Amino acid sequence: MSGTQTTYNDKVVRQFAVMTVIWGIVGMLVGVIIAAQLVWPELNIGPWLHFGRLRPLHTNAVIFAFGGCALFATSYWVVQRTCHTRLWGGPLIPFTFWGWQLIIVLAAVTLPLGITSGKEYAELEWPIDILITLVWVSYAVVFFGTIAVRKVSHIYVANWFFGAFIIAVALLHLGNSAALPVSFTKSYSAYAGVQDAMIQWWYGHNAVGFFLTAGFLGMMYYFVPKQAGRPVYSYRLSVVHFWALIFTYMWAGPHHLHYTALPDWTQSVGMLFSLILLAPSWGGMINGIMTLSGAWHKLRDDPILKFLITSLSFYGMSTFEGPMMSIKTVNALSHYTDWTVGHVHSGALGWVAMVSIGSIYYLLPRLFGKKEMYSTALVTTHFWIATIGTVLYIASMWIAGVMQGLMWRAVNADGTLAYSFVESVKGSYPFWAIRWLGGVLFLLGMLIMAYNMFKTIAGGKTEDVPVIEPAGHHA
Amino acid sequence: MAMDINDLRSILTVAGLLCFLAIVWWAYGSKSSQKGFEEAANLPFAEGNDDGAAATSHRR
Repeated sequence: MSGTQTTYNDKVVRQFAVMTVIWGIVGMLVGVIIAAQLVWPELNIGPWLHFGRLRPLHTNAVIFAFGGCALFATSYWVVQRTCHTRLWGGPLIPFTFWGWQLIIVLAAVTLPLGITSGKEYAELEWPIDILITLVWVSYAVVFFGTIAVRKVSHIYVANWFFGAFIIAVALLHLGNSAALPVSFTKSYSAYAGVQDAMIQWWYGHNAVGFFLTAGFLGMMYYFVPKQAGRPVYSYRLSVVHFWALIFTYMWAGPHHLHYTALPDWTQSVGMLFSLILLAPSWGGMINGIMTLSGAWHKLRDDPILKFLITSLSFYGMSTFEGPMMSIKTVNALSHYTDWTVGHVHSGALGWVAMVSIGSIYYLLPRLFGKKEMYSTALVTTHFWIATIGTVLYIASMWIAGVMQGLMWRAVNADGTLAYSFVESVKGSYPFWAIRWLGGVLFLLGMLIMAYNMFKTIAGGKTEDVPVIEPAGHHA
Repeated sequence: MAMDINDLRSILTVAGLLCFLAIVWWAYGSKSSQKGFEEAANLPFAEGNDDGAAATSHRR
């Protein structure tokens, strides 16, 4: 396996990187549409394009299509570079790309048709679930196969996070999707009642913890040091960060079921572990941001670094907010209100999308044989539009959410409710309009990114580059 | 008294905690691992042909 020039497999990285931007636009466009439907209900046209059908399409598209493609692209790039070897797995590699795209298209067809298993973030019906399993197992074989043939002894920390993400998502998907099919397009969960709810939120919260966090932390541990030009602040902290996250995340799910039929002690355990989670989350955030310590000036004129570091600030913010919202008394106010929606988007837009966007901007010129993006000025523009959009989105949802919570719990002296539900809806309209505007801005940023991407791709070279022999490392 | 499944669960939880504490000790306590960690932190910079961010500014 030495001597001859092997090359990195960047074709699959190229494919996933480009589709990240495309699916980002599609998913966020659907998000903007459903935000508009809340402000202007006339936009709910027919059964197929109704809010109830489009909302799961939005969540699936941004999480699994946009986020998923970003994770595939970055993990395939990082594992090859830090292991100094070509991606292992032969035909399984293109299968992960085309299989994943087929799953996305099937989701885009079935969800508007109303074909759903009704489990949040796991709506896809059983035939698609089986396809997901096949693609995911192939992904695991390719990723861990590449790790197995690495040329350096140490497995870099980013790969630990990517690996944990792949294993945990496999476990969660298989556990939560267990169902009894009654026809080709309909199945019922293998669990019933409160057990079903518990399994669903064990899945749901760990989808946040492992799909939307661990994998993106893998991006952080590679792309922040690379773009900053210096190694991560503390490698020992990264080791503790990894294991602390692994040991605690799995237990936090019950905070989605406060004040339900779930046993009270289970709710308390969920709350406790959610509070403990603050420590590893902030440890990781500090490790990422402090990587820039002594080189803060780089932040001034490097928009890619701006994206990466701002994403960590939003990560810190939402991982402070999350544990706070898991406290039962706070949850009594926040649950079922738009505060939750604001919290999710502080993580989704501020953290997940921004760290992905920064990483893809890092990758695109390198994937197409260019020195830098077609226009760095447009990357800066994208950064500011995205940041303003995110802030508008979060702030409006905070105000709307707290207002809704206070109105719903307000009672008159005789114990009757002070407000009807529709009064809280009426009061929310202005904030839903601001939220829609925030979403429009974020989408606009993605369109600018797409233009910049196609301009960068134009006339670019796509020949594979040779694998770099590890220098100065004991293999 | 016979052991039941809950004893097993308690043992597993305590074992998990001890395991984690051992990892913290390994990362911060043992002097010998220091050099290895520094090498590991520099792994992303052993790539050579990077025309992007300067790969020379290794700290410490």
